[in-house]
Amino acid sequence: MMQHSADSATPITVFVEGVGLLGPGLSCWAEGRLHLEGSLPYKAARCILPLPMALPPAERRRAGAVVKVSLAVGQEAVKASGLPVDTLPSVFSSSSGDAINCHEICSALASGDRLISPTRFHNSVHNASSGYWSISSGAMASSSVLCARDASFAAGLLEAMTQSVVDDSPVLLVAYDTDYPEPLYSKRPIPDSMGVALVLLPRRSARSVARITLQARTFLTAAAADTMDDAALETLRQGIPAARALPLLRAFAKKQAIPLVLSYLDDMQMALEVAPC
Amino acid sequence: MALGAFDCRNNRLAYLGLMQDGFADAEEAASRKYGAQRIGVLLGTSTSGILQTELEYRRCDPDSGALPADFMYGSTHNPFSVTDFTRQYFGLGGPAVVVSSACSSSAKVFASARRMMAAGLIDAAVVGGVDSLCLTTLYGFNSLGLISSQACRPFDVARDGISIGEAAAFVLLEPMPAQLDDSAVLLLGVGESSDAHHMSSPHPEGLGARMAMQDALKTASLDAAEIDYINLHGTATPSNDAAETKAVAAVFGSGTPCSSTKGATGHTLGAAGGLEAVICALALQHGLLPGGLNTQQLDPALPLNYLLDNRAQPICRVLSNSFGFGGTNCSLIFGRAG
Repeated sequence: MMQHSADSATPITVFVEGVGLLGPGLSCWAEGRLHLEGSLPYKAARCILPLPMALPPAERRRAGAVVKVSLAVGQEAVKASGLPVDTLPSVFSSSSGDAINCHEICSALASGDRLISPTRFHNSVHNASSGYWSISSGAMASSSVLCARDASFAAGLLEAMTQSVVDDSPVLLVAYDTDYPEPLYSKRPIPDSMGVALVLLPRRSARSVARITLQARTFLTAAAADTMDDAALETLRQGIPAARALPLLRAFAKKQAIPLVLSYLDDMQMALEVAPC
Repeated sequence: MALGAFDCRNNRLAYLGLMQDGFADAEEAASRKYGAQRIGVLLGTSTSGILQTELEYRRCDPDSGALPADFMYGSTHNPFSVTDFTRQYFGLGGPAVVVSSACSSSAKVFASARRMMAAGLIDAAVVGGVDSLCLTTLYGFNSLGLISSQACRPFDVARDGISIGEAAAFVLLEPMPAQLDDSAVLLLGVGESSDAHHMSSPHPEGLGARMAMQDALKTASLDAAEIDYINLHGTATPSNDAAETKAVAAVFGSGTPCSSTKGATGHTLGAAGGLEAVICALALQHGLLPGGLNTQQLDPALPLNYLLDNRAQPICRVLSNSFGFGGTNCSLIFGRAG
């Protein structure tokens, strides 16, 4: 099957208009950036998930951790960007869906009584957070929902940057993961919830925080991914796939103009250039 | 071929799909032509290998509750496993991702791959979708009262739900060469939208679906009258077929020939978009508009030009609809080169 391809490999450049952050010991971007720039010591602590008040009460009751974390960071980033939410395309990326919900379903299906509730079932889809986001924000634009296991943050960033530049549009990226209960935890040890959101624009605005550039022909690299100097932040980076974003967020916080290698697939990483605005 | 760590129902089905119709040979030729690093793998799935976890939960240690030692979550259950398997099978080194937005998944991979090609990130892409039977979807759709009591009957006055199917569908997307055979199939347009309405019911007026179809026409620079056939999402649930009819009628009127092929294939969920893209390609290449199977009496409340019998007719452009839980919509437009 045929499709028009690019005439030339121009760099892909986007501008970061807003950031959302929630994770273990990270309550929001305003606080998290202080930990990442090194002005406030980071201490690991259980992630505190807010209630998704933007949802109607019935949906709020049904919302699991994936919805809480993704809506919280999405709203924070969009608010900072000042862009209208209802026309904003989105990319949601997660290393897996709601593992607590999955555990309940698999437990029920392995029991004598295989009945599962409609809510359990519709919360089991990987795009549950995207659906709840769309319902809560009224956003009818496109929403891409991705998974690349441990590479999910970089895969989501790649999709969001590409979409922003090719469609000449603002794009919201929400990357998130939530903790696993036993017995799944022993097979997939994700210890806590974390979400990272970025609002990207294809051109600079008065609110732009940083610029991210990716070279279309050389963005895949065998070089090792950047790590965090702080031991607790490095533990976090390695422990939760969404936290693979931390070196990028650190560059924003420190207003660095640097080349960066983000963790991507097993055998290849993603090379970016970051600069403050 | 030993699937090794990837061995589960979904990846076995993926492997069977890769072996069909000379696909593996075509992919290997593309790898030689473009280089393995310049080919992306973007596949859709809704449940991936979750069946494996469902089965392993029956084998949990009765004392500790632990899952069996030989269960490998990452290469079976995780949504990414089908892309990882395909990527490793072909030795590809380009970007790789799974799109998992329920029943629009393997339509939306065309949108993502198209953007990556337009941006120059890749030269070609293996796209498509794989979904296989599992208890989560059987009991889940049953809990919503959406499983048909017999083989599903899209657009029938007595339609009563879906029949779950399973499928692996793969498409190799390549850049447009200078010279094309008349029978080459082109991806002409893509439209995506969200309903912003409900997790498991479509927008009653089909508003999101309408936006997706209009966007697909816009990206293809086509008028509605230039579409010769519509492959409907047509799940055979009362609400989908009603909402889709309103959306199609709002964009196309009631004259464009259309049908759902889910009477033949069942609803293959995350593989449906890819499977129906292949059916659209066959329709274009063979000049065959597929009639919808199983439908006995068309619902008079659904006034579209719904085909109950196959029709031989040369056609140039077709549109395919895929909609999913969470209110995710994607419409694709395919055309013949000549």
